[in-house]
Parts: sequence; C-alpha cells; structure tokens
Amino acid sequence: MDVSPSDRRLLGALETGLALVARPYARLAAAVGSSEAEVIARLKRMIDRGVVRRFGVIVRHRELGYRANAMVVWDVPDDAVSETGRRLAALPYITLCYRRPRRSPDWPYNLFCMIHGRDRAAVEALIEEATERAGLAGRPRAILFSRRRFKQRGARYGAAQPPAAA
Amino acid sequence: MAPETQDTAENTEEAAAFDRFERALLNDFQRDFPLTARPFAEIAQRLDESEEAVLEGYARLCAAKAVSRIGAIVAPQRTGWSTLAAMAVPEARLLEVAELVSGFEAVNHNYEREHRLNLWFVVTGRDRAHVTQVLQEIESAAGLAVLDLPLLEAFRLDLGFPLQWT
Repeated sequence: MDVSPSDRRLLGALETGLALVARPYARLAAAVGSSEAEVIARLKRMIDRGVVRRFGVIVRHRELGYRANAMVVWDVPDDAVSETGRRLAALPYITLCYRRPRRSPDWPYNLFCMIHGRDRAAVEALIEEATERAGLAGRPRAILFSRRRFKQRGARYGAAQPPAAA
Repeated sequence: MAPETQDTAENTEEAAAFDRFERALLNDFQRDFPLTARPFAEIAQRLDESEEAVLEGYARLCAAKAVSRIGAIVAPQRTGWSTLAAMAVPEARLLEVAELVSGFEAVNHNYEREHRLNLWFVVTGRDRAHVTQVLQEIESAAGLAVLDLPLLEAFRLDLGFPLQWT
C-alpha cells in the first residue's frame, strides 16, 4: 500500500483546508489524534515522496478574473503521445496535461490539457501557440471552452469516513 | 448557479480589487506553504505584516471565494481513484442533470463545456470500484451514458500557476 492509514486520515482531515488559526497543524493534530510535530513531519514526508504534489493556497481562478478556460484535446498516435505530451506540458500556460483513453466512436482524443486566461481571445491565442510549439498542427483537435461551473471544490477520497455500505 | 459571463471590463475591476498584500497572499504561497508551527507568522514575517493581518487576509479571501482553501493537491491514483467523466445531455435537461451529478458527494468538479459531450465532471473515491459504482449510479439516475476517461499518464499536474494582474 502506497499511503498508510494514518496518512490517509491526515489527508482526509485536510480535505476542507487548513484552519485559519495561529497553529493550524496543532488543530489538525487534535482532529486525527496526533501531535503537531508529527503532523508537520508526515506532511513533509508526503510532499517529499510525491504523494502530495502541492501544498499551499488553492485559488479559484474565475473569482480572480480568469474567466475563460478551455480543455483542449488532440488525437495523437500512441507511439508519439508521450513525447508530445511532455512538450505541451513544458509550456508555462498549460495548467494540466494528461493522456487519457479514447472511447470510440464518441471520443477519439487521447491528449488533454487545460488553459486558463482572462478572456476567450487570450485563451484562443495560447491554444494556437501551443498547437504550433508542441508539434500538434494538423492533428485532429477539439476545443471545449467551459460555460457554466456547477461545482468546484477539493477532492474527497472518503479517507476521513469509514467506507460506506455498498 | 447563474451562468457566468466572460466580461473583460469586470475582470479588470476584480483584479484591481486586490491590494498588493492580498496579491502576495494569493500568489506567493500556492506551493511550499510553511510547514512550521506558526505558518501564518512566518508568512507575516516574509511580507512584513502581522500574523493577525495574514489570518484576516486569508479569511477575507476565503469569504470572497478567491481562495478555495489552503491544502494539499494529492497525486492522482495514490490515495484513491479518480476519473474524468463526460455526458452528452440534451439542452433541455442540462440543469436538471447537472444538479443530479453535483449532488453526488464523490463529484468535485462539474462544468458545462462547448461540445456535444457538454457535461464534464471529476469523480473521486476510495478505489476504482467505488468510482465505477458512482458512474453507474449517475448513468441510471440520469438515463444517459457516461464516458469514463481515467488518467493514463500525467505530463503536468496541478502545480498552481502565477497570477497576472494586468
């Protein structure tokens, strides 16, 4: 098992965010029955091991004026997708970049990225630049701008609760 | 939730609504948030402010929904399972189905996007079986097929991104 039960409990207690109090790790420690020093040490370890990819302030882009975001997807041959994905991901304005499965006939695309910008025109310009620079010109592509946001919050892996009955 | 617009004039006002101190709180601690007993005091020291001012600043930014939380982004598939899911929802049913999807505790992001597949959401759970079960529950509750697009390879994970104010 990758992540110990106590680390899971800690991540579960952190899902709603750090308390805005002077000693938030002591608060977290009380919630999981540990000590402040132990909580800090565990978080450091999980960051070092890459279990936690980022620890810090998580902003809501729309509220900060980043009103436009597009999911851009391409169909890239399987033997080229990893290298192309790495080139795309190296561009500073690509916030997420993943390979996912195709689902024919509805969904022929296997390379996904997200681009945020202040408005649609700014995002469109970045998409064209990214397409060029990652060597994706001519590949089948779809651009899915977001319209309404129905829900946005952190992931809940259910680590804090006992497993629900099936 | 009301449809959100892409209004550049409004964006400029929003960006201007944050002063230098708030911009630093938003931008400078997206990664490597201090793992010390009094993290807000450490931030205060770096920004030449008081600990109370930092705590009040984050409380204000949370209340304004500019900050979602201070927390951990967990590497995908390390403590559980998650997937990106998509549905083609007839326009007349979109609000109803979106609300149904958002109502699931396992759903953390849910967006309308510009495509025949117009509803996109992320499902997270304890393990793959749990996520598959949620997808099946959504399919049968909505009476619509759900595309399951789990991560196969990550080229770039959420590492935060530098905010630009102009």
